Amino acid sequence: MNFDPFVIPFNIGLYFILIYAVVRSVIWFRELSRPDKLRLQRGFFGRAFGQSLKEIFLESLIHRKILKSNPRLGYMHMSLAFGWFLLILFGTIEADIFGERHLNPPDRAIFFRFFNPDHGKTFFESSYAFMMDLILAFILSGLVLAVIKRFSSKVVGMKKTTKLKPLDKVALTSLWLIFPSRLIAESLTSGAYGTGSFLTGSLGEWFASFLPANELAYPFWWLYSLSLGTFFVLLPLTRYLHIPTELFLIFMRNSGIRTGDRPGTYSEVEVHSCSSCGMCIDVCQLGFSAGINTIQATYLMKGIRNREELHDIAHNCLMCGRCDQICPVGIEISPIRMIVRRTEDIENVYESRWKGYLRSRINVVTPRQETGTSYDFLPVRKQEKTDVLYFAGCMTHLTPSIKKAMVRILDASGLKWSFMDEDGGVCCGRPLMLEGNDREARELINHNSDLIWKSGARTLVTSCPICYKVFRESYYLDLEVLHHSQFIKNLIDEGLVDLNYLQKRVTYHTPCELGRRSGVYDEPLEVIKHVASLEATGYDNENSLCCGGSLGNIMLSREKRQKIAEDVTARLTACSPDSLITACPLCKKTLAQATSTRVMDIAELAVEAIAAVPEVKKTRRGVSKKKVIGETTATI
Amino acid sequence: MDKFGFTLSKARVIDYEANDRTIVDYIIEREPSLKLCIECGCCTATCTTGNFTDFSLREIHILLKRGENEQVRQKIKKCMLCGKCILVCPRGVNTRNVVSLARQAFRNTEGYEF
Ligand code: SF4
Ligand code: SF4
Ligand code: SF4
Ligand code: SF4
Repeated sequence: MNFDPFVIPFNIGLYFILIYAVVRSVIWFRELSRPDKLRLQRGFFGRAFGQSLKEIFLESLIHRKILKSNPRLGYMHMSLAFGWFLLILFGTIEADIFGERHLNPPDRAIFFRFFNPDHGKTFFESSYAFMMDLILAFILSGLVLAVIKRFSSKVVGMKKTTKLKPLDKVALTSLWLIFPSRLIAESLTSGAYGTGSFLTGSLGEWFASFLPANELAYPFWWLYSLSLGTFFVLLPLTRYLHIPTELFLIFMRNSGIRTGDRPGTYSEVEVHSCSSCGMCIDVCQLGFSAGINTIQATYLMKGIRNREELHDIAHNCLMCGRCDQICPVGIEISPIRMIVRRTEDIENVYESRWKGYLRSRINVVTPRQETGTSYDFLPVRKQEKTDVLYFAGCMTHLTPSIKKAMVRILDASGLKWSFMDEDGGVCCGRPLMLEGNDREARELINHNSDLIWKSGARTLVTSCPICYKVFRESYYLDLEVLHHSQFIKNLIDEGLVDLNYLQKRVTYHTPCELGRRSGVYDEPLEVIKHVASLEATGYDNENSLCCGGSLGNIMLSREKRQKIAEDVTARLTACSPDSLITACPLCKKTLAQATSTRVMDIAELAVEAIAAVPEVKKTRRGVSKKKVIGETTATI
Repeated sequence: MDKFGFTLSKARVIDYEANDRTIVDYIIEREPSLKLCIECGCCTATCTTGNFTDFSLREIHILLKRGENEQVRQKIKKCMLCGKCILVCPRGVNTRNVVSLARQAFRNTEGYEF
C-alpha cells in the first residue's frame, strides 16, 4: 500500500501549519526593531543557540518548572509534550528502519501501523513496538489527567482552571481525540493481524475476539487523521498557538531581547506563548484573599489576544509580581501590563487578513491635548552640600516613627547627612508611573533629581522601597542609592553603629517593591538576624506575599485591601512572634491595621537595639541639623 | 444688602444653572466610594501637593458634586497620585481613583480640553 485517501486531512493540516509558521515568523521578524533584529541574528549563530535548544528541551518538552512547583500538573504537561515528541521521533525512525524505503514523508511515520500492519513479528520489531506502546501509554496517562483537570482541577493540585472560548473547545476536543483514536485504530489493526505490543496488542486481541477488527479499523484511522488535521488548522486561532510560539520566545529571550515599555513583537510573542497553565491564578492574592478572579495574568494574555476591553484587567492588579515569578514560560507579565496601562490612549487597530490568521497591528496614536505642565507650581529649592542624603518619601511621612528612627540612626552613624524632604518633599514619581503617566512623573523626577545633584551626595538613602525602585531605575543619578535596610547593614559592617541583641522572636514580611521588584532580599534579613531571632514563615524571599496596600492597584476598595492584609498577617504571625518586621512604611501601615501583633519597620527594630550613642557624634550632628532646617525652611 | 452687614460669600453659592453632573456621575459609576466622602478634609491636611499650593482634594470633591467642573479641570492635574490621602481617609474613599477617573472623564467627555 502506498497511498490511502484518509491521510489527506492530516497532510493538509501539516503543510498548512508549516507554511503558516514560516509566514508568521517572517512577519514577526520584520516587525522587530533594528537592534533586536541584530540581537536575534547574533543569538542564532552564537552561543545562545545551544542555550536555547537546552531550554526548549527542558521547558517546552519536559516542563521542568511546572514539574518542580506542581508535580502532577507538570507530569500532565510533560507526558503530552515530551510523549508526543518521542512518538514522532521514534515513529520517524521506525518508518525509516522498517518501512519500504528510507526518508519517508511524515504521513508514513504517523500512520506506520496502517501501512505496515504485519510489522512486529520478529523480536527486534516487537521490542520496538513495545517501546512505541510505552510512549503511547505515557501520553494517554497525561491525557487522562488533562480530561480530569478540565472537570475538576483539584486533581492536579490546582484551585482553579482557565476558562475557554468556543474555538478553543473545538481545538481541545480534536486534541483530546488524537491519541485515543490512534490507540483504537492501532489496536484494531494489530488485532486483525495479531501484532502489536502490550497495549495495542492485547487491546486489539480483545477487540478482535468479538468485533470485525479489520473493517472497524479504517474509520478510526480516518478519525485519527481528521483530528490531527483539524487541530493543526485551528491551532493559529486558539491558545494552542503557544506550542510553536514558545520556541520563538525562547530564542528571542536567549538572544537578549526584552519586553521593554512599548508594544512590539516580543510582547506579542509572549502574549501568544501563554499556555494557560493557570499557575498565575493560584498564586494571585486578589484571587485567594479578595475573591477577584478575572484579572490574573492568563486573562490578561487572553484579553490581549482576543482584543477584549482591558481597562479593568490592566488596572485591578497589585503589581506584586507573584505571577511573574511563577510563570513557567517566563512571560514578563508586569511589563506587559504596564504597556497596556501606558498605551490606553493608543488605539490598537488590527487589520484582519484571512479571518484572524494573520493580524497585523497598527498603532494609531490619539494625541492627548496638552494644557501646559501639571506641576509648574513646584518651587525652586536649595539643597546644602552633604555626603549622605536621606529621602524619607511620602509614605514615611505618614509613619513618623520610621522617620524618627532613621534620624536617630543617621545621627548615631556620625556621617555628614542631610534630610532632603524634611518638610514634606515631592513625590518620587513612581505612583504616577504605575498608572502609566510617565510624562507627568518625569516632571517630578526632574525636580527631585535637581535637588539630589545639588547636594553633591555620594549616597542617597530612602526609607520607602517604592522610591528606592524608581530612584534606581528611572532617575539619572551618579550616586549610590540605598534602601535604609541596606544602609543599616553597611553601618553595622563598618562598625559605625553598635547594635545589641534583643531577646525577641520576629518574622519578616518582604515588601514586593524591595524583594521581587528590586531583588533586595539578604540585607534586611542580615540586619534582623543581627539583633533578633528570625522565624521562617513559609512566605520568604521570592515567595513573599503582598500586604494589600500596593499603590500599583488604583481600583481596589479598602474592604478588599483589608481582607488581603488580614490574610497576610494571619499567615505571617502563625508562629505568634513578638513582632512582625517589615521594611516599607506602606506595608507597615497596611499590616498594622490588620493584626494585634506589633508591626515594626526594620529601622525601628535597629533603633531599639542601638547601644549607647557616643557623645562626640551627637554634638557634631546637632550643629549641622540646625543648619539644614534653617536653610530649607527659608527657601520654601 | 451691605447695609444689613450680610454678604453672600461667592464660594457658598451653588449655581444650579451651571451644575453639570456628567463628570461626577462618570466617576461615581466607576468608583462608588466617592459617595462616602464627608468632606472632613483629612486628605487635604496630609496632601503632598497641598504642601506647595492651595490644592485641596476636599475642595475638589465638593466642586465635583456641585458640578463646577471647570474649576476641577484646572486643578486636578496638580495631584501627584502619591496615595497619602487614601491612608488617612476615615471613610475609605479610594481617592487616587477619583482623581484618575476625573482626568479620564475630562479626556473622554466632549467639550473639555484636557
Ligand atoms: S501567564 Fe504564565 S503562569 Fe499564567 S497561564 Fe500563562 S503561562 Fe501559565
Ligand atoms: S501581579 Fe500580583 S496581583 Fe497582579 S495578577 Fe500577578 S499575582 Fe495577581
Ligand atoms: S479624607 Fe476622605 S472623607 Fe475626608 S474629605 Fe478626604 S476623601 Fe473625603
Ligand atoms: S494622591 Fe494627590 S491628593 Fe492624595 S495626598 Fe497625594 S497629591 Fe494629595
